[in-house]
Formats: sequence, C-alpha cells, structure tokens
Amino acid sequence: MASKIHETPMLDELENGPWPSFVSGIKRLRDDHPDERIRQVTNSLLGQLEHSYETRKGYWKGGTVSVFGYGGGIIPRFSEVGDAFPESKEFHTLRVQPTPGNYYTTDMMRKLADSWEKHGSGLQTFHGQTGNIMFIGTTTEGTQHFFDEINEYGWDLGGAGPCVRTGMSCVGSARCEQSCVNEHATHLHLLNNFTDDVHRPALPYKFKFKVSGCPNDCQNAIERSDFAIIGTWRDHKKVDQDAWKAFVKEKGRQHVIDNVITRCVSNSLALADDDSLIADDSKCVRSMHCMNVVPKAISPGDDRGVTILVGGKRTLKIGDLMGTVVIPFMKLDTEEDYEKIVELAEEIIDFWAENGLEHERCGEMIERIGLVNFLEGIGVDVDPHMISHPRQSSYVRMDGWDEEAEKWYQRKQEEKAAAS
Amino acid sequence: MAEMREPIESGCPDGFQYMHPTMRRNFGQWAYHEDPQPGVLLHHAKSGEKLWTVKVGTQRILDVFSLRTLCDIGDKYADGYIRFTLRSNIEYVVDDEAKVQPLIEAVEEAGFVVGGTRNSVTSLSHTQGWLHCDIPGTDASGVVKSMMDELIGEFKAWNMPNRVHITTSCCQINCGGQGDIAINVQHTKPPKINHDLVANVCERPSVVARCPVAAIRPALVDGKPSLEVDEKKCICCGACFPPCPPMQINDAEHSKLAIWIGGNHSNARGKPTFQKLVASGIPNNPPRWPEATAIVKRILDAYKEGAKDWERINEWVERIGWPRFFEVTGLPFTKYHIDNWRGARNSLNASTHIRF
Repeated sequence: MASKIHETPMLDELENGPWPSFVSGIKRLRDDHPDERIRQVTNSLLGQLEHSYETRKGYWKGGTVSVFGYGGGIIPRFSEVGDAFPESKEFHTLRVQPTPGNYYTTDMMRKLADSWEKHGSGLQTFHGQTGNIMFIGTTTEGTQHFFDEINEYGWDLGGAGPCVRTGMSCVGSARCEQSCVNEHATHLHLLNNFTDDVHRPALPYKFKFKVSGCPNDCQNAIERSDFAIIGTWRDHKKVDQDAWKAFVKEKGRQHVIDNVITRCVSNSLALADDDSLIADDSKCVRSMHCMNVVPKAISPGDDRGVTILVGGKRTLKIGDLMGTVVIPFMKLDTEEDYEKIVELAEEIIDFWAENGLEHERCGEMIERIGLVNFLEGIGVDVDPHMISHPRQSSYVRMDGWDEEAEKWYQRKQEEKAAAS
Repeated sequence: MAEMREPIESGCPDGFQYMHPTMRRNFGQWAYHEDPQPGVLLHHAKSGEKLWTVKVGTQRILDVFSLRTLCDIGDKYADGYIRFTLRSNIEYVVDDEAKVQPLIEAVEEAGFVVGGTRNSVTSLSHTQGWLHCDIPGTDASGVVKSMMDELIGEFKAWNMPNRVHITTSCCQINCGGQGDIAINVQHTKPPKINHDLVANVCERPSVVARCPVAAIRPALVDGKPSLEVDEKKCICCGACFPPCPPMQINDAEHSKLAIWIGGNHSNARGKPTFQKLVASGIPNNPPRWPEATAIVKRILDAYKEGAKDWERINEWVERIGWPRFFEVTGLPFTKYHIDNWRGARNSLNASTHIRF
C-alpha cells in the first residue's frame, strides 16, 4: 500500500537556513530509501511530528518492551495517534553502550547502519544525554532482531529505568595532555562490573558513572553523575620555563599578568623579573586555568590519581545537587587500585539500594540522611576536604567528641607511619 | 520460544580497537596542543608525533544517508576513524597536516559545519522532544536547528570571551543539563487531570510521593478513585506527569520557555556552578521559536561586549553583578527571580555590598 505523503508545512521551515537539517534527513529516508518499510515509517513519523508542531503537544506514551533475557535498555514508544499515523505507531529506541570516549571506525559505523536499516527506521543519534547510542524507531519485533544482530558483533544494551546507567568518559589519555587517569580502563572496570545492574533494573532509581580525566570535567561528571571520577594530581604541576618565557615574550607581561597570574583562583602564581613563572603549589587547588591558557608550558604533576564525588543530579525531586567529595584522592594505576574503586562503587550502590527510597537518587538520600550517616554506611572516614566549611549550626549532639577526636589522631598517626 | 537467543552480556566495549593508531601509540603520552584555526586542534605527543582533529557540527538526529556521507568523508579524507563529543559533534582525526584542508572542504561541501572549538558557541546539547519523548513540552531538534541557524557564525569563529555551552530541555527533568545558557520548558499551570483514567493507569501512592511540594492527595472523584492537586501549592513542575500520564501538564498555551544562565561544569578557575533564572514566559513557538532565540542572542551580545577573555558567563555576571546584568540585557527583574526553595536564603544579599 503506497500511503499518501503527509504534508509538513511547519517542518518544511526547518529545511531552510545554513545548519544541517534533521528534517531534510528524515525526508531523504522518506523519499529516497530503497526499502518501502522505511519510506512509510519515516513518512508516518513526519506526519506525527508535524501534528505535534501544529498542536504543541507530544503524542508518545511509554510501555514495557525489552529483549529476551534483559529487563531494560529499550525506550518503548507507542503512538497515541497511531490511527492517523499507523506505520510508526510502535517506535521504540534501543540504547546501546558506546566505548568509553565514543570511538568508532567508519567500518563499524557502516556495519551498525546496515543492521539498523534492516530492522529499524534508519534514524540514530550519537549520543543521547546519558551517553548511549540511540537507535530511534523500531517495532517490538525489530527491537529483538536488531539487538540479536549487533550483539553478535560486540555491542550490548545500555541502561534505562532504575538501574546502573551507561557511563561516559572524555576523550582522555587517547588525545589529551591534561588527562591524569586512564579513563578508558576506569570506565570499563566500573561499568562491566555492574552489567547485571545495567540490564535488570532493580535499584531505587538511576545511578550514573562519569569519568573526566582532569578537573576541567568535560563530561560534566560532578553535576550529572552519581559517581564522578575526576583525574587529578597531588605533587607539583610541571612548568617548562623555556616554553613559559616564550609565551611571555610573545604575549607581553601585561597580557600574562591579566590573563594568567591574576586569574589564578588560589593566588598561587607570580611572574618573576626574569619572566619565569613562580608557582606556589602548596596553595594550588588544581583549578586548571594556567594550563588551559598555556598548555605548552604548564602540565599536571606526575603523582596522579582521582578525586571521587558522589551524589550529583538534576532537578527532580528535591532540586539540583552537585556531587560531594567522598574520596579526596586515590591512586588508580594497579589492578588492586581498580579493585578498590570497584569495591567502593559496590559499597555505595549496596548501601543506597538498601536505604534509598523509591525514585530517590543517591544524592537525595545523602541529603536526607546526612553525609556522616552515608560515610559510616559505606565505611569511609570523614575528611576536611569533603566540606566547604565546618558546621555553622550549634544544633547538634556532640557527646561522642572525645572518641571522634581520638579517631582523628589515630588516623593521622597511621598516615604518618605509612608515609615513613 | 525455542529460538529465543540468549544475550551475550558483553557490556561496554573496549575502545582501543576503534582508536586511530596515532592515539593508540601515544595513549597517555601527549605533551600539549595548539589551536591552528577554528574547528581544528593540533595535539603534539611526547614521541614527536602530531594529530590533527577536525570538529564538525551535525543535525544530531542522523539518518543513515547522512551517517554514510560522514563515513565516506572519513574514508576518503581522514583515516577512517571518528569519535563523538559530549555535544554530538563528530571529530575526525588525521596524522598529516596535508589532509586537514581537503577534509574541511569535503565536510563543508557536504553541508556540515566545522567549528565548535575554544571560545566559540559550540553545538547545543539537546534532548528528544516531540520526536520521541513521552513527556515533552516542546521539540528539541527543531529548537536547536532554529538557534544554530542564527548562531552558526559563532560556531565557526572565536568571537566569544570563552567557550559557550547552550542546552535545551523539554521538561523540568532537564535532560539537557546545566549550560552557560539553558532554554528549558517551564509550565505555568497545574496538571489537568483525566479522572476517568487515573485509577487504571497510575500507581497512586507513588504519584503522591513524586510531588516535591506534597500538593497531590488521593481522592474520590465522581465515585472513582483518583488524585487531586492542591493548586495553591502546586509549582507546575510536571513531576507527576511521567508516572501518571492522565495528569497532563503540557499545554499548548501555558507551557512556556524559560532561560537560565551561568551553569558551568568545569572546575577551571571557580568551582562548578548551577544555572540561574534570567527570563521566562517565552512562548513555545514552533517551528522556529524566534522569541527564545532573540533573548539568547541578546545575552550573547552583552557577554561578548562585557566579559574579559576567559570569563565564562557565570564569571562575567559574578564580576559585574546581577543588577548590571539585567541593565545591560534589558531583561526584566521580577519577583520570580528571588528563590524560595530550600537553602534560598543563601542566595540573598546579606551585606552592604551594593554596586551603584
């Protein structure tokens, strides 16, 4: 049955202008694709989308669709106006986990496109906001067939629903001089330890890992993940004084003072009379500005590791939360280090799974029970790096003070013994 | 059921197999980078090897034809390797400077856009909207297409004081996330409830629990178990709509757009910051949303004019002060700008620090 082409006067407006047009792309599928099924599905999709533009309403509803053996990974969509647009009345998305850092060969890209064309609409996004490859638009049956096919050559579904979600990592060590950690290995160790929790949603709500190789946090991990791993260093940053002096010579002292020296948030930089850089690293907070401006001359130190922040999330339900420092620094070099970070993640997820309310993110639970209860629950000691400032309110019962102070002295002694 | 196939739970795939050989060889051994021109990065490895990256903006919702065109370019002009950034830009990498200009020409010839590096306005990060979401107040790809048509010059150039990340979101869940500028749906009326459907469709206690202000309670309406909303308490956030579709929050007229600024994820210079409300009541006006774009451009113009090099939008406003921000942008300051959520008093001025 050759169905009529839906008129799309409003969407047609989005074919004008210099930026690439998704409408033109969908129309190419509608008009030029050799497979009649795809031509009809995309025609129907455009019809429904135009209807949304006219009425300013969405017409998709969720449902329950998954592949055999899993409970999640699919975003089911059934049309509420399927009678008018029947060819796209089932239009599910598969969430597929990309590699850390989103690397592909064009060969693999074509292979995925070929499979998707066989079973789906021919529309995809690299990537959704959680970090998945989104294969947008297929039937319940197509969902299974497409998954079966790409699963055979190395791709697996990501998370959807109350589960461990697909992770995200920055470009990292593969191409960035500021990377302080092997993002790739970190991401794989964490995510692939929780594969069962990715595929079978059984947690209070979503739980996200994101890895950024340095404090620039290109993956928005502190604000957007429950478990943010940020690469950092604890020795002195490295300064190549020759490259620095060349920069000063090129830009002039005034420019350097205005754009680097006085912009250091920790006031730890000075420009010497001979144009060399004086850096007081005891004050440095790793705020990256100097090395962002002069990457050729300034770089992270050699004693590298990660800072871990827990509990970031967006608005619903209680309002935006940033992650909170839970591990100020840990090394991440050896297999034992990776085991340690995986164990920490397990502790946190287990504690939250037991104590979180339904639909309560980890950060919201911490807000409800307090950081100290959370730390005690996961077996992490308090540390002044976890706070902006100590308590301002005197409304607290402190009859355990002496024991707590003793713990601090004890820990300091142990640290000293371990260091010597 | 006999032919059901057991999944291979391989999880997240290893990326090394898809990395450019120069990346693999120099993994963790990069020395520094330069920015030869907008949209192009040049990374120097400690080994002396060099790698050029060309960053390309696309429509994000890609059809297989566009995807194959991008692959053809990758095969013919780059080395067959690509990656994607957080904001859905494609990056081609090549190990030879001579490949850079032909690659850029091929990308532009095919209708894609080179840019988005350093102090530019990079691609808007966006959500699914009417195309695929079950709860959207607006479209996403269309809003982004409309805005990028107007901001394309800023994507291709280095005119901004520092990088600008713009995001859009179609509901208050805000999948688009924090941005230097965020354009988000803001509902202005409580949900309209279809009492005939609530009992069958919604798990009522969990809907009650979702409400951030405890405005929802179980009720019998016309003899049927349903839910009712205390409209005086309701903040119109729409949190009840996903678990209970009969509580329709989207409204063609009253679902508006709001603009927020100063969300900054980076720890560069200051600590990460949340975005703040600057404008609301903007009509949700498809297909091109001109009112929202006009305000975004007004904010960008003021930022470009007033900020120092390296200041992100939040840093610029912090330096000049919020009264001055409303003055230079001409946006109205209203009672809605004053927060009243938990912790709101921390956002009030408890000092005599006042700029006259």
